[in-house]
Amino acid sequence: MSAQTSVNSPERSSGQAVDQRAKMLERAMSRHHYAGDALLEVLHTAQELYGYLSPGLLREIARKLRLPPSHVYGVATFYHFFTLQPRGEHTVMVCMGTACYVKGALGLLEVLERRCARAGSTSPDGKVSVGTARCVGACGLAPVIVWDGEILGRVTPQELNRRLDALAVAEVRDDG
Amino acid sequence: MSIKTLTIDGRMVTGAAGESIFDVAWNNGIRIPRLCHVGGISDVGACRLCLVEIEGWPKLAAACLTPVEEGMVVRTQTERLRRHRKLIVELLLAERNHVCSVCVQNGHCELQDLAAELGVDHVRVYYRFPRLGVDMSHERFGLDHNRCILCTRCVRVCDEVEGAHTWDVAGRGVNCMIVADMGEPWGNSETCTSCGKCVQVCPTGALFEKGKTVGEMYKDRRFLKYIVTAREKRQWIR
Ligand code: SF4
Ligand code: FES
Repeated sequence: MSAQTSVNSPERSSGQAVDQRAKMLERAMSRHHYAGDALLEVLHTAQELYGYLSPGLLREIARKLRLPPSHVYGVATFYHFFTLQPRGEHTVMVCMGTACYVKGALGLLEVLERRCARAGSTSPDGKVSVGTARCVGACGLAPVIVWDGEILGRVTPQELNRRLDALAVAEVRDDG
Repeated sequence: MSIKTLTIDGRMVTGAAGESIFDVAWNNGIRIPRLCHVGGISDVGACRLCLVEIEGWPKLAAACLTPVEEGMVVRTQTERLRRHRKLIVELLLAERNHVCSVCVQNGHCELQDLAAELGVDHVRVYYRFPRLGVDMSHERFGLDHNRCILCTRCVRVCDEVEGAHTWDVAGRGVNCMIVADMGEPWGNSETCTSCGKCVQVCPTGALFEKGKTVGEMYKDRRFLKYIVTAREKRQWIR
């Protein structure tokens, strides 16, 4: 067993910030008396704090809640809400609700999947995480994407391409 | 302990309250097909092969999970059940890559036997041909995901009998996979005790001993009854 105090420490955060997050996670677990059946709540908190669930973080949670690692891993991979990979610098969600779908959401998703990553994952260069959502409640603006939490309406593939160009995301690769 | 009397396939049988239809049937020599049930560990109702008809019930019931009730009239071998079971086996075959001719378990595989018994001579649905790996990282055993039917026998025996809980199921739906610890190579697992119980209960050639070639893998799960009886009754019966 490894003595993991700093669970997954992205270089960009200072040691203090890491401490802070670890402390907050600890508090969440102690609030639930380290009960195994609080696993989902604890995973939620961990994901909010760290942005994703690294193997080290999952192991630590398993150890603290006295659960088998495979069970924790199984739960974390079951729910789409959780991600086991670091998030990209930007998160782009395409609304796949009925209105957006009819107005061409699939075309937008195709652009993202071709240039960045499959829905649910992050581009290899770590710039963009792609996701889909079921109706964000802005059907009047269809098709909608949520760009870093901001809702953009009536998006065209051209506009999306332009935004990706601005991030210097590699030009459209050949289909395949 | 109260005793329940019921009818299975026209025969009057008795079982203890809380016993499953499956167990009572088997105790009376009535064989219900199954892939996920194995005596000595809990039931989860994963495979649905043990589905039976119960008079007055609107739906089919999984015999392994349904406790016997007084006066129940159960049928285990109707044409309708046979049709369902056959389709279930075909779906299992189509879901991954079951190639008997190169499998260590060929000739003594529970899935293969069931397919033969149900007369599955071809599969009516499209094969998915998923690209799945084989984990040969363990010193003594191998896991071929292509042959796994996700019955979770290995998960339960490891948790309930060995107590290690090395295995679990990751992902969801069609992406479900048996995983060791944090989804890592089996050989790296810190929890695995290499006891081999999972290998012995696996109904197919998914879990196997290294060094076995086509048709050479025989599974023996008598140890289960031995250990469970010893634990519960403090009697060591071979
Ligand atoms: S590896 Fe074997 S025992 Fe485990 S779930 Fe797959 S088929 Fe069942
Ligand atoms: S044996 Fe009952 S569902 Fe598998």
